[in-house]
Amino acid sequence: MKILVCMSVVPDTTTKITFTDNNTKFNSQGVQFIINPYDELSLTKALEIAEQHSGTVTVVNVGLADADAVIRKALAIGANDAIRINAEPKDAQFVAEQIAAIVKANGYDLVLTGRESIDYNGGMVCSLLGALLDWPSVNVCAKMVYNDGKIEFERDIDGGRQTVVSNLPVVASAQKDLCEPRIPNMKGIMAARTKPLQVVEPAQVEVASSYEAFESPAAKQAVRMIDAENAGQLIDILKNEAKIIA
Amino acid sequence: MTGIYAENSEGQFKKAVLEAASYASQIGNGQIVAVCVGQPNAGEADKLAQYGVNKLICIEGISAFDAQVYGKEIANVLINQGVNQVVFANTYEAKSVAPRVSVIMNASMASNVIELPETSNGFKVKRGVFSGKGFAYVTLDKANKVIAITPNSTELKKQATSIQIETIQSSGSAGSTTITSTTKAGGKIPLTEAEIVVSAGRGMKGPENWGMVEELAEILGAATACSKPVSDMGWRPHGEHVGQTGITIKPNLYIAIGISGAIQHLAGVSSSKVIVAINKDPEAPFFKAADYGIVGDAFEVLPKLISAAKAAKN
Repeated sequence: MKILVCMSVVPDTTTKITFTDNNTKFNSQGVQFIINPYDELSLTKALEIAEQHSGTVTVVNVGLADADAVIRKALAIGANDAIRINAEPKDAQFVAEQIAAIVKANGYDLVLTGRESIDYNGGMVCSLLGALLDWPSVNVCAKMVYNDGKIEFERDIDGGRQTVVSNLPVVASAQKDLCEPRIPNMKGIMAARTKPLQVVEPAQVEVASSYEAFESPAAKQAVRMIDAENAGQLIDILKNEAKIIA
Repeated sequence: MTGIYAENSEGQFKKAVLEAASYASQIGNGQIVAVCVGQPNAGEADKLAQYGVNKLICIEGISAFDAQVYGKEIANVLINQGVNQVVFANTYEAKSVAPRVSVIMNASMASNVIELPETSNGFKVKRGVFSGKGFAYVTLDKANKVIAITPNSTELKKQATSIQIETIQSSGSAGSTTITSTTKAGGKIPLTEAEIVVSAGRGMKGPENWGMVEELAEILGAATACSKPVSDMGWRPHGEHVGQTGITIKPNLYIAIGISGAIQHLAGVSSSKVIVAINKDPEAPFFKAADYGIVGDAFEVLPKLISAAKAAKN
Protein backbone atom coordinates (compact mmCIF):
# COMPACT_ATOMS: atom_id res chain seq x y z
CA MET A 1 0.00 0.00 0.00
CA LYS A 2 1.73 3.16 -1.21
CA ILE A 3 0.13 6.36 0.03
CA LEU A 4 0.93 9.89 -1.12
CA VAL A 5 -0.11 12.83 1.06
CA CYS A 6 -0.26 16.23 -0.66
CA MET A 7 0.74 18.99 1.69
CA SER A 8 0.41 22.76 1.51
CA VAL A 9 2.46 25.04 3.71
CA VAL A 10 0.19 27.85 4.93
CA PRO A 11 0.23 30.80 7.37
CA ASP A 12 -0.72 29.88 10.93
CA THR A 13 -4.48 30.29 11.56
CA THR A 14 -3.94 33.24 13.92
CA THR A 15 -2.07 35.26 11.26
CA LYS A 16 -3.29 38.75 10.51
CA ILE A 17 -3.33 38.77 6.71
CA THR A 18 -1.75 41.79 5.02
CA PHE A 19 -0.43 42.44 1.53
CA THR A 20 2.69 44.11 0.23
CA ASP A 21 4.28 45.39 -3.01
CA ASN A 22 1.30 47.55 -3.86
CA ASN A 23 -1.10 44.77 -2.84
CA THR A 24 0.31 42.28 -5.30
CA LYS A 25 1.85 39.89 -2.77
CA PHE A 26 0.97 38.27 0.54
CA ASN A 27 3.11 39.83 3.26
CA SER A 28 4.93 36.87 4.82
CA GLN A 29 7.05 39.04 7.12
CA GLY A 30 6.99 37.58 10.63
CA VAL A 31 4.42 34.96 9.64
CA GLN A 32 4.66 31.49 11.16
CA PHE A 33 4.04 28.77 8.56
CA ILE A 34 2.39 25.45 9.36
CA ILE A 35 1.17 22.27 7.67
CA ASN A 36 -2.27 23.07 6.21
CA PRO A 37 -4.61 21.80 8.99
CA TYR A 38 -6.63 19.56 6.63
CA ASP A 39 -3.41 18.06 5.24
CA GLU A 40 -2.36 17.28 8.79
CA LEU A 41 -5.53 15.20 9.07
CA SER A 42 -4.85 13.35 5.81
CA LEU A 43 -1.27 12.69 6.95
CA THR A 44 -2.44 11.20 10.24
CA LYS A 45 -5.05 9.07 8.49
CA ALA A 46 -2.48 7.90 5.93
CA LEU A 47 -0.17 6.83 8.79
CA GLU A 48 -3.00 4.92 10.47
CA ILE A 49 -3.84 3.06 7.26
CA ALA A 50 -0.16 2.39 6.48
CA GLU A 51 0.47 1.00 9.99
CA GLN A 52 -2.50 -1.37 9.75
CA HIS A 53 -1.75 -2.56 6.23
CA SER A 54 2.06 -2.46 6.03
CA GLY A 55 2.14 0.56 3.77
CA THR A 56 4.40 3.55 3.23
CA VAL A 57 3.55 7.23 3.39
CA THR A 58 5.24 9.82 1.19
CA VAL A 59 4.55 13.53 1.58
CA VAL A 60 4.64 15.80 -1.46
CA ASN A 61 4.78 19.58 -1.45
CA VAL A 62 5.01 22.10 -4.25
CA GLY A 63 7.14 24.91 -2.86
CA LEU A 64 10.51 26.55 -2.50
CA ALA A 65 13.30 25.71 -0.03
CA ASP A 66 11.67 27.70 2.78
CA ALA A 67 9.01 24.93 2.97
CA ASP A 68 11.61 22.36 4.08
CA ALA A 69 11.28 23.07 7.80
CA VAL A 70 7.53 22.41 7.64
CA ILE A 71 8.08 19.31 5.48
CA ARG A 72 10.49 18.01 8.17
CA LYS A 73 7.64 18.35 10.65
CA ALA A 74 5.54 16.00 8.49
CA LEU A 75 8.45 13.55 8.54
CA ALA A 76 8.66 13.94 12.32
CA ILE A 77 4.95 13.11 12.58
CA GLY A 78 5.76 9.85 10.83
CA ALA A 79 5.88 10.04 7.02
CA ASN A 80 8.55 7.73 5.54
CA ASP A 81 9.91 10.20 3.04
CA ALA A 82 9.10 13.46 1.28
CA ILE A 83 9.28 14.99 -2.16
CA ARG A 84 9.42 18.75 -2.73
CA ILE A 85 8.70 19.97 -6.21
CA ASN A 86 10.92 23.01 -6.40
CA ALA A 87 8.53 25.73 -7.62
CA GLU A 88 6.31 28.53 -6.40
CA PRO A 89 2.80 27.02 -6.10
CA LYS A 90 1.22 29.38 -8.68
CA ASP A 91 -2.35 28.10 -8.53
CA ALA A 92 -4.33 24.92 -7.84
CA GLN A 93 -4.02 23.75 -11.44
CA PHE A 94 -0.23 24.15 -11.45
CA VAL A 95 0.05 22.26 -8.15
CA ALA A 96 -2.23 19.45 -9.32
CA GLU A 97 -0.33 18.99 -12.58
CA GLN A 98 2.99 18.80 -10.71
CA ILE A 99 1.65 16.23 -8.27
CA ALA A 100 -0.01 14.21 -11.06
CA ALA A 101 3.39 13.92 -12.74
CA ILE A 102 4.87 12.50 -9.49
CA VAL A 103 1.97 10.04 -9.14
CA LYS A 104 2.41 8.86 -12.72
CA ALA A 105 6.16 8.42 -12.24
CA ASN A 106 6.06 6.63 -8.87
CA GLY A 107 2.65 4.92 -8.75
CA TYR A 108 0.49 5.10 -5.59
CA ASP A 109 -2.61 3.27 -4.40
CA LEU A 110 -4.05 6.16 -2.45
CA VAL A 111 -3.49 9.91 -2.77
CA LEU A 112 -4.83 12.19 -0.04
CA THR A 113 -5.27 15.97 0.03
CA GLY A 114 -7.00 18.35 2.41
CA ARG A 115 -10.49 19.57 1.53
CA GLU A 116 -8.86 22.93 0.82
CA SER A 117 -5.81 24.91 1.85
CA ILE A 118 -6.59 27.65 4.34
CA ASP A 119 -4.65 30.25 2.30
CA TYR A 120 -6.02 30.06 -1.24
CA ASN A 121 -9.13 28.00 -0.38
CA GLY A 122 -9.44 26.61 -3.90
CA GLY A 123 -10.69 23.20 -2.77
CA MET A 124 -9.78 21.94 -6.24
CA VAL A 125 -6.65 19.79 -6.04
CA CYS A 126 -8.37 16.51 -5.11
CA SER A 127 -10.81 16.67 -8.03
CA LEU A 128 -8.17 18.03 -10.43
CA LEU A 129 -5.91 15.07 -9.59
CA GLY A 130 -8.81 12.69 -10.13
CA ALA A 131 -9.29 14.04 -13.66
CA LEU A 132 -5.58 14.31 -14.51
CA LEU A 133 -5.01 10.68 -13.45
CA ASP A 134 -8.45 9.47 -14.58
CA TRP A 135 -9.00 8.05 -11.08
CA PRO A 136 -12.11 8.18 -8.92
CA SER A 137 -12.09 11.09 -6.44
CA VAL A 138 -14.01 11.37 -3.19
CA ASN A 139 -14.15 14.87 -1.78
CA VAL A 140 -14.52 16.18 1.80
CA CYS A 141 -14.25 12.94 3.77
CA ALA A 142 -14.77 12.70 7.52
CA LYS A 143 -14.11 8.95 7.60
CA MET A 144 -11.86 6.56 5.63
CA VAL A 145 -11.63 2.82 6.30
CA TYR A 146 -9.47 0.49 4.21
CA ASN A 147 -10.86 -3.00 3.84
CA ASP A 148 -10.04 -5.76 1.39
CA GLY A 149 -8.65 -3.65 -1.43
CA LYS A 150 -11.34 -0.98 -1.16
CA ILE A 151 -11.84 2.13 0.90
CA GLU A 152 -15.08 3.15 2.53
CA PHE A 153 -15.42 6.91 2.80
CA GLU A 154 -17.95 9.05 4.58
CA ARG A 155 -18.16 12.35 2.77
CA ASP A 156 -20.06 15.57 3.29
CA ILE A 157 -22.71 16.38 0.73
CA ASP A 158 -24.98 19.41 0.53
CA GLY A 159 -27.16 19.11 3.64
CA GLY A 160 -25.95 15.67 4.75
CA ARG A 161 -23.49 12.79 4.67
CA GLN A 162 -22.90 9.95 2.27
CA THR A 163 -21.04 6.64 2.52
CA VAL A 164 -19.11 5.77 -0.61
CA VAL A 165 -17.00 2.69 -1.34
CA SER A 166 -14.23 3.12 -3.90
CA ASN A 167 -11.84 0.83 -5.68
CA LEU A 168 -8.14 1.69 -5.64
CA PRO A 169 -6.35 3.69 -6.78
CA VAL A 170 -8.35 6.65 -5.53
CA VAL A 171 -7.74 10.26 -4.54
CA ALA A 172 -9.65 11.68 -1.58
CA SER A 173 -9.72 14.87 0.48
CA ALA A 174 -9.83 15.18 4.26
CA GLN A 175 -12.42 17.05 6.29
CA LYS A 176 -12.48 17.78 10.02
CA ASP A 177 -13.47 14.78 12.18
CA LEU A 178 -11.37 12.40 10.04
CA CYS A 179 -9.00 11.85 12.98
CA GLU A 180 -7.10 13.64 15.72
CA PRO A 181 -3.94 15.08 14.16
CA ARG A 182 -0.73 13.52 15.52
CA ILE A 183 1.88 15.64 17.21
CA PRO A 184 5.55 14.79 16.61
CA ASN A 185 7.40 13.25 19.56
CA MET A 186 11.12 13.56 20.32
CA LYS A 187 11.95 10.24 18.65
CA GLY A 188 10.10 11.33 15.52
CA ILE A 189 11.86 14.70 15.46
CA MET A 190 15.26 12.99 15.70
CA ALA A 191 14.36 10.46 13.00
CA ALA A 192 13.06 13.19 10.68
CA ARG A 193 16.51 14.72 10.35
CA THR A 194 17.79 11.77 8.37
CA LYS A 195 14.65 10.79 6.46
CA PRO A 196 14.88 11.36 2.69
CA LEU A 197 13.57 14.69 1.39
CA GLN A 198 13.95 14.57 -2.36
CA VAL A 199 13.87 17.85 -4.30
CA VAL A 200 12.71 17.56 -7.91
CA GLU A 201 12.37 20.21 -10.58
CA PRO A 202 8.84 21.06 -11.82
CA ALA A 203 7.30 19.77 -15.04
CA GLN A 204 6.56 22.35 -17.73
CA VAL A 205 2.84 23.19 -17.70
CA GLU A 206 0.63 25.72 -19.45
CA VAL A 207 -0.19 28.76 -17.27
CA ALA A 208 -3.82 28.61 -16.17
CA SER A 209 -4.22 31.78 -14.12
CA SER A 210 -2.33 34.76 -12.76
CA TYR A 211 -2.82 36.36 -9.36
CA GLU A 212 -2.67 40.08 -10.04
CA ALA A 213 -3.75 41.85 -6.88
CA PHE A 214 -5.07 41.34 -3.38
CA GLU A 215 -7.46 43.29 -1.23
CA SER A 216 -8.29 43.24 2.46
CA PRO A 217 -11.94 43.16 3.54
CA ALA A 218 -13.46 46.64 3.94
CA ALA A 219 -13.39 47.96 7.49
CA LYS A 220 -16.68 47.65 9.31
CA GLN A 221 -18.62 50.69 10.49
CA ALA A 222 -18.92 51.06 14.23
CA VAL A 223 -21.25 48.59 15.84
CA ARG A 224 -24.69 49.82 16.90
CA MET A 225 -25.45 48.57 20.39
CA ILE A 226 -28.91 47.56 21.50
CA ASP A 227 -29.86 47.39 25.15
CA ALA A 228 -30.24 43.81 26.39
CA GLU A 229 -33.46 44.72 28.20
CA ASN A 230 -35.00 45.66 24.85
CA ALA A 231 -33.35 42.87 22.87
CA GLY A 232 -36.57 42.40 20.88
CA GLN A 233 -35.87 45.77 19.27
CA LEU A 234 -33.17 44.04 17.23
CA ILE A 235 -35.79 42.09 15.30
CA ASP A 236 -37.62 45.31 14.49
CA ILE A 237 -34.39 46.92 13.22
CA LEU A 238 -33.46 43.88 11.12
CA LYS A 239 -36.92 43.80 9.62
CA ASN A 240 -37.76 47.44 9.09
CA GLU A 241 -34.43 49.27 8.86
CA ALA A 242 -31.89 46.78 7.58
CA LYS A 243 -34.70 44.94 5.71
CA ILE A 244 -32.76 41.75 6.04
CA ILE A 245 -35.50 39.52 7.45
CA ALA A 246 -39.01 39.03 6.17
CA MET B 1 -21.09 30.19 -25.71
CA THR B 2 -21.62 30.09 -21.94
CA GLY B 3 -22.73 27.00 -20.03
CA ILE B 4 -23.90 26.36 -16.50
CA TYR B 5 -24.15 23.19 -14.50
CA ALA B 6 -27.73 23.00 -13.28
CA GLU B 7 -27.34 20.83 -10.20
CA ASN B 8 -30.51 18.92 -9.67
CA SER B 9 -31.52 18.41 -6.02
CA GLU B 10 -34.40 15.94 -6.05
CA GLY B 11 -35.71 17.44 -9.26
CA GLN B 12 -35.32 21.04 -8.15
CA PHE B 13 -32.94 23.80 -9.10
CA LYS B 14 -31.85 25.59 -5.95
CA LYS B 15 -31.31 29.32 -5.67
CA ALA B 16 -27.55 28.81 -6.05
CA VAL B 17 -28.17 27.32 -9.52
CA LEU B 18 -30.33 30.30 -10.49
CA GLU B 19 -27.47 32.54 -9.35
CA ALA B 20 -25.16 30.64 -11.68
CA ALA B 21 -27.68 31.13 -14.52
CA SER B 22 -27.96 34.83 -13.78
CA TYR B 23 -24.17 35.17 -13.60
CA ALA B 24 -23.79 33.37 -16.94
CA SER B 25 -26.41 35.61 -18.59
CA GLN B 26 -24.65 38.70 -17.30
CA ILE B 27 -21.29 37.67 -18.73
CA GLY B 28 -23.22 36.95 -21.91
CA ASN B 29 -21.28 35.66 -24.89
CA GLY B 30 -24.17 34.25 -26.90
CA GLN B 31 -26.60 31.54 -25.93
CA ILE B 32 -26.72 30.14 -22.40
CA VAL B 33 -26.92 26.38 -22.16
CA ALA B 34 -27.57 24.51 -18.91
CA VAL B 35 -26.59 20.89 -18.32
CA CYS B 36 -28.43 18.76 -15.80
CA VAL B 37 -28.10 15.10 -14.80
CA GLY B 38 -31.51 13.38 -14.81
CA GLN B 39 -34.86 15.11 -15.31
CA PRO B 40 -35.98 18.13 -13.30
CA ASN B 41 -39.54 18.37 -12.01
CA ALA B 42 -42.20 20.01 -14.15
CA GLY B 43 -41.85 23.79 -14.27
CA GLU B 44 -38.25 23.83 -13.04
CA ALA B 45 -36.81 24.56 -16.49
CA ASP B 46 -38.91 27.74 -16.59
CA LYS B 47 -37.05 28.98 -13.51
CA LEU B 48 -33.82 28.80 -15.53
CA ALA B 49 -35.49 30.60 -18.43
CA GLN B 50 -36.31 33.48 -16.07
CA TYR B 51 -32.58 34.04 -15.69
CA GLY B 52 -31.66 33.84 -19.34
CA VAL B 53 -31.01 30.14 -20.01
CA ASN B 54 -31.92 29.33 -23.64
CA LYS B 55 -31.41 25.61 -23.59
CA LEU B 56 -31.47 22.83 -20.99
CA ILE B 57 -29.82 19.53 -21.77
CA CYS B 58 -30.75 16.65 -19.47
CA ILE B 59 -28.37 13.68 -19.39
CA GLU B 60 -30.20 10.38 -18.93
CA GLY B 61 -28.71 7.05 -17.95
CA ILE B 62 -26.50 7.95 -14.98
CA SER B 63 -27.74 5.94 -12.01
CA ALA B 64 -25.84 7.55 -9.12
CA PHE B 65 -23.38 10.31 -8.33
CA ASP B 66 -19.77 9.52 -9.16
CA ALA B 67 -17.40 12.45 -9.63
CA GLN B 68 -15.45 10.74 -12.42
CA VAL B 69 -18.60 9.89 -14.40
CA TYR B 70 -20.27 13.27 -13.83
CA GLY B 71 -17.09 15.11 -14.83
CA LYS B 72 -16.77 13.24 -18.10
CA GLU B 73 -20.44 13.28 -19.09
CA ILE B 74 -20.99 16.95 -18.27
CA ALA B 75 -17.76 18.02 -19.98
CA ASN B 76 -18.74 15.98 -23.06
CA VAL B 77 -22.02 17.79 -23.44
CA LEU B 78 -20.46 21.22 -22.86
CA ILE B 79 -17.73 20.56 -25.43
CA ASN B 80 -20.26 19.26 -27.99
CA GLN B 81 -22.33 22.41 -27.50
CA GLY B 82 -19.29 24.59 -28.20
CA VAL B 83 -19.25 26.07 -24.69
CA ASN B 84 -16.05 27.92 -23.80
CA GLN B 85 -16.96 29.24 -20.35
CA VAL B 86 -18.89 27.39 -17.64
CA VAL B 87 -20.41 28.68 -14.42
CA PHE B 88 -20.99 26.41 -11.41
CA ALA B 89 -22.58 27.23 -8.05
CA ASN B 90 -19.80 26.26 -5.64
CA THR B 91 -21.66 23.53 -3.73
CA TYR B 92 -20.12 20.29 -2.45
CA GLU B 93 -21.21 18.58 -5.65
CA ALA B 94 -19.61 21.28 -7.78
CA LYS B 95 -16.37 20.96 -5.82
CA SER B 96 -16.24 17.32 -6.91
CA VAL B 97 -17.21 17.99 -10.52
CA ALA B 98 -16.11 21.47 -11.69
CA PRO B 99 -12.32 20.89 -11.43
CA ARG B 100 -12.74 17.65 -13.38
CA VAL B 101 -14.66 19.50 -16.09
CA SER B 102 -11.90 22.13 -16.21
CA VAL B 103 -9.26 19.45 -16.88
CA ILE B 104 -11.27 17.78 -19.64
CA MET B 105 -12.03 21.15 -21.30
CA ASN B 106 -8.44 22.35 -20.78
CA ALA B 107 -9.88 25.40 -19.05
CA SER B 108 -8.57 27.82 -16.44
CA MET B 109 -10.60 27.55 -13.29
CA ALA B 110 -11.35 29.79 -10.31
CA SER B 111 -13.49 28.85 -7.30
CA ASN B 112 -15.03 31.07 -4.58
CA VAL B 113 -15.73 33.74 -7.17
CA ILE B 114 -17.85 36.53 -5.69
CA GLU B 115 -18.28 39.13 -8.44
CA LEU B 116 -18.89 39.37 -12.16
CA PRO B 117 -15.65 39.25 -14.14
CA GLU B 118 -13.80 42.30 -15.38
CA THR B 119 -13.36 41.65 -19.10
CA SER B 120 -11.99 44.90 -20.51
CA ASN B 121 -8.48 43.44 -20.55
CA GLY B 122 -8.47 39.65 -20.27
CA PHE B 123 -10.88 37.86 -17.95
CA LYS B 124 -10.34 38.83 -14.33
CA VAL B 125 -12.38 37.48 -11.41
CA LYS B 126 -12.47 38.40 -7.74
CA ARG B 127 -12.30 35.45 -5.37
CA GLY B 128 -12.21 34.96 -1.62
CA VAL B 129 -8.84 33.86 -0.21
CA PHE B 130 -7.21 33.42 3.21
CA SER B 131 -10.50 32.05 4.56
CA GLY B 132 -12.34 35.35 4.47
CA LYS B 133 -9.34 37.47 5.48
CA GLY B 134 -8.73 38.72 1.93
CA PHE B 135 -9.70 38.79 -1.73
CA ALA B 136 -7.66 38.16 -4.84
CA TYR B 137 -8.02 39.35 -8.42
CA VAL B 138 -7.10 36.49 -10.73
CA THR B 139 -6.84 36.50 -14.50
CA LEU B 140 -7.95 33.29 -16.18
CA ASP B 141 -5.46 32.87 -19.01
CA LYS B 142 -6.69 29.89 -21.02
CA ALA B 143 -9.30 30.32 -23.76
CA ASN B 144 -11.73 28.07 -21.89
CA LYS B 145 -12.86 29.02 -18.41
CA VAL B 146 -14.63 27.37 -15.47
CA ILE B 147 -15.94 29.64 -12.73
CA ALA B 148 -17.41 28.39 -9.45
CA ILE B 149 -19.34 31.16 -7.69
CA THR B 150 -19.98 31.39 -3.96
CA PRO B 151 -23.70 31.11 -3.16
CA ASN B 152 -25.36 34.39 -2.04
CA SER B 153 -22.56 36.52 -3.45
CA THR B 154 -24.01 37.66 -6.75
CA GLU B 155 -27.27 39.34 -7.51
CA LEU B 156 -30.14 37.48 -9.15
CA LYS B 157 -31.15 39.49 -12.22
CA LYS B 158 -34.17 38.46 -14.23
CA GLN B 159 -33.54 38.19 -17.93
CA ALA B 160 -36.48 36.12 -19.14
CA THR B 161 -36.22 34.11 -22.32
CA SER B 162 -37.79 30.96 -23.71
CA ILE B 163 -36.10 27.65 -23.06
CA GLN B 164 -35.71 24.60 -25.20
CA ILE B 165 -35.32 21.25 -23.41
CA GLU B 166 -33.35 18.37 -24.85
CA THR B 167 -32.66 14.92 -23.42
CA ILE B 168 -29.61 12.95 -24.35
CA GLN B 169 -28.24 9.56 -23.31
CA SER B 170 -25.02 9.40 -21.31
CA SER B 171 -22.06 7.97 -23.20
CA GLY B 172 -21.89 5.29 -20.52
CA SER B 173 -18.57 6.13 -18.85
CA ALA B 174 -17.92 3.77 -15.95
CA GLY B 175 -17.23 4.81 -12.36
CA SER B 176 -15.28 3.11 -9.59
CA THR B 177 -17.35 4.16 -6.60
CA THR B 178 -20.57 2.86 -5.07
CA ILE B 179 -22.80 4.88 -2.76
CA THR B 180 -23.92 2.65 0.08
CA SER B 181 -25.93 5.12 2.16
CA THR B 182 -27.03 8.75 2.26
CA THR B 183 -28.30 10.69 5.24
CA LYS B 184 -29.81 14.11 4.76
CA ALA B 185 -30.94 16.39 7.52
CA GLY B 186 -34.60 16.56 6.45
CA GLY B 187 -36.00 19.94 5.51
CA LYS B 188 -32.95 21.81 6.76
CA ILE B 189 -31.31 24.58 4.76
CA PRO B 190 -27.70 23.76 3.81
CA LEU B 191 -25.45 26.11 5.74
CA THR B 192 -23.42 27.26 2.74
CA GLU B 193 -26.54 28.39 0.90
CA ALA B 194 -28.51 29.83 3.81
CA GLU B 195 -29.45 33.51 3.64
CA ILE B 196 -29.77 33.74 7.41
CA VAL B 197 -27.56 31.86 9.87
CA VAL B 198 -28.00 31.64 13.65
CA SER B 199 -24.76 30.53 15.23
CA ALA B 200 -23.81 29.84 18.83
CA GLY B 201 -20.71 29.18 20.86
CA ARG B 202 -19.51 28.13 24.28
CA GLY B 203 -21.71 30.80 25.86
CA MET B 204 -24.58 28.31 25.46
CA LYS B 205 -22.93 26.21 28.21
CA GLY B 206 -23.95 22.80 26.81
CA PRO B 207 -25.60 20.99 23.91
CA GLU B 208 -28.84 20.64 25.90
CA ASN B 209 -29.38 24.40 25.56
CA TRP B 210 -29.48 24.48 21.75
CA GLY B 211 -33.28 24.30 21.68
CA MET B 212 -33.49 28.11 21.85
CA VAL B 213 -30.94 28.53 19.06
CA GLU B 214 -32.85 26.14 16.85
CA GLU B 215 -36.15 27.79 17.69
CA LEU B 216 -34.89 31.24 16.69
CA ALA B 217 -33.40 29.77 13.51
CA GLU B 218 -36.66 28.11 12.61
CA ILE B 219 -38.71 31.27 13.05
CA LEU B 220 -36.25 33.26 10.93
CA GLY B 221 -35.94 30.51 8.30
CA ALA B 222 -32.26 30.26 9.13
CA ALA B 223 -29.64 27.53 9.17
CA THR B 224 -27.78 26.83 12.42
CA ALA B 225 -24.01 27.00 12.85
CA CYS B 226 -21.48 26.89 15.66
CA SER B 227 -17.97 27.86 16.71
CA LYS B 228 -14.94 25.56 16.64
CA PRO B 229 -14.82 24.73 20.38
CA VAL B 230 -18.48 23.71 20.24
CA SER B 231 -17.88 21.30 17.37
CA ASP B 232 -14.59 20.09 18.93
CA MET B 233 -16.43 19.21 22.14
CA GLY B 234 -19.02 17.34 20.11
CA TRP B 235 -21.91 19.58 21.19
CA ARG B 236 -22.78 20.08 17.53
CA PRO B 237 -21.84 18.20 14.33
CA HIS B 238 -18.65 19.37 12.57
CA GLY B 239 -20.69 20.30 9.50
CA GLU B 240 -21.99 23.28 11.50
CA HIS B 241 -18.52 24.62 12.33
CA VAL B 242 -17.91 27.94 10.61
CA GLY B 243 -14.51 29.60 10.68
CA GLN B 244 -11.07 29.32 9.22
CA THR B 245 -10.81 25.54 9.62
CA GLY B 246 -14.54 25.01 9.17
CA ILE B 247 -16.90 26.36 6.55
CA THR B 248 -16.72 29.89 5.15
CA ILE B 249 -20.17 31.35 4.71
CA LYS B 250 -21.63 34.50 3.26
CA PRO B 251 -25.22 34.87 4.41
CA ASN B 252 -27.21 38.11 4.37
CA LEU B 253 -27.53 37.91 8.14
CA TYR B 254 -25.27 36.19 10.66
CA ILE B 255 -26.32 36.14 14.30
CA ALA B 256 -23.56 35.04 16.68
CA ILE B 257 -24.65 34.09 20.19
CA GLY B 258 -22.08 33.52 22.92
CA ILE B 259 -19.16 33.47 20.47
CA SER B 260 -16.24 35.68 21.47
CA GLY B 261 -15.07 36.32 17.89
CA ALA B 262 -11.56 34.90 17.62
CA ILE B 263 -9.78 35.83 14.39
CA GLN B 264 -10.19 32.27 13.07
CA HIS B 265 -13.96 32.41 13.57
CA LEU B 266 -14.33 35.88 12.07
CA ALA B 267 -12.42 34.69 9.00
CA GLY B 268 -15.26 32.33 8.15
CA VAL B 269 -18.12 34.78 8.59
CA SER B 270 -16.81 38.29 7.98
CA SER B 271 -18.22 38.43 4.45
CA SER B 272 -21.77 38.22 5.82
CA LYS B 273 -23.78 41.31 4.84
CA VAL B 274 -25.07 42.03 8.35
CA ILE B 275 -23.55 40.63 11.53
CA VAL B 276 -25.19 40.62 14.95
CA ALA B 277 -23.10 39.75 18.01
CA ILE B 278 -24.65 38.80 21.33
CA ASN B 279 -22.21 38.31 24.16
CA LYS B 280 -22.18 38.96 27.89
CA ASP B 281 -18.60 40.27 27.69
CA PRO B 282 -18.65 43.87 26.42
CA GLU B 283 -14.97 43.46 25.42
CA ALA B 284 -15.66 40.45 23.17
CA PRO B 285 -13.79 41.03 19.87
CA PHE B 286 -16.92 40.12 17.92
CA PHE B 287 -18.40 43.55 18.67
CA LYS B 288 -15.65 45.13 16.53
CA ALA B 289 -16.70 43.01 13.57
CA ALA B 290 -20.45 43.33 14.06
CA ASP B 291 -23.08 45.74 12.72
CA TYR B 292 -25.35 45.31 15.73
CA GLY B 293 -24.44 44.19 19.20
CA ILE B 294 -26.18 43.22 22.40
CA VAL B 295 -24.24 42.90 25.65
CA GLY B 296 -26.15 40.34 27.64
CA ASP B 297 -26.54 36.77 28.71
CA ALA B 298 -27.70 34.46 25.93
CA PHE B 299 -30.22 32.87 28.27
CA GLU B 300 -31.92 36.21 28.84
CA VAL B 301 -31.53 37.69 25.35
CA LEU B 302 -32.59 34.68 23.28
CA PRO B 303 -36.12 34.34 24.72
CA LYS B 304 -36.69 38.06 24.01
CA LEU B 305 -35.51 37.63 20.41
CA ILE B 306 -37.67 34.54 19.95
CA SER B 307 -40.82 36.25 21.13
CA ALA B 308 -40.08 39.38 19.08
CA ALA B 309 -39.38 37.30 15.98
CA LYS B 310 -42.63 35.38 16.47
CA ALA B 311 -44.55 38.62 16.87
CA ALA B 312 -42.92 40.14 13.78
CA LYS B 313 -43.96 37.16 11.71
CA ASN B 314 -47.63 37.38 12.60
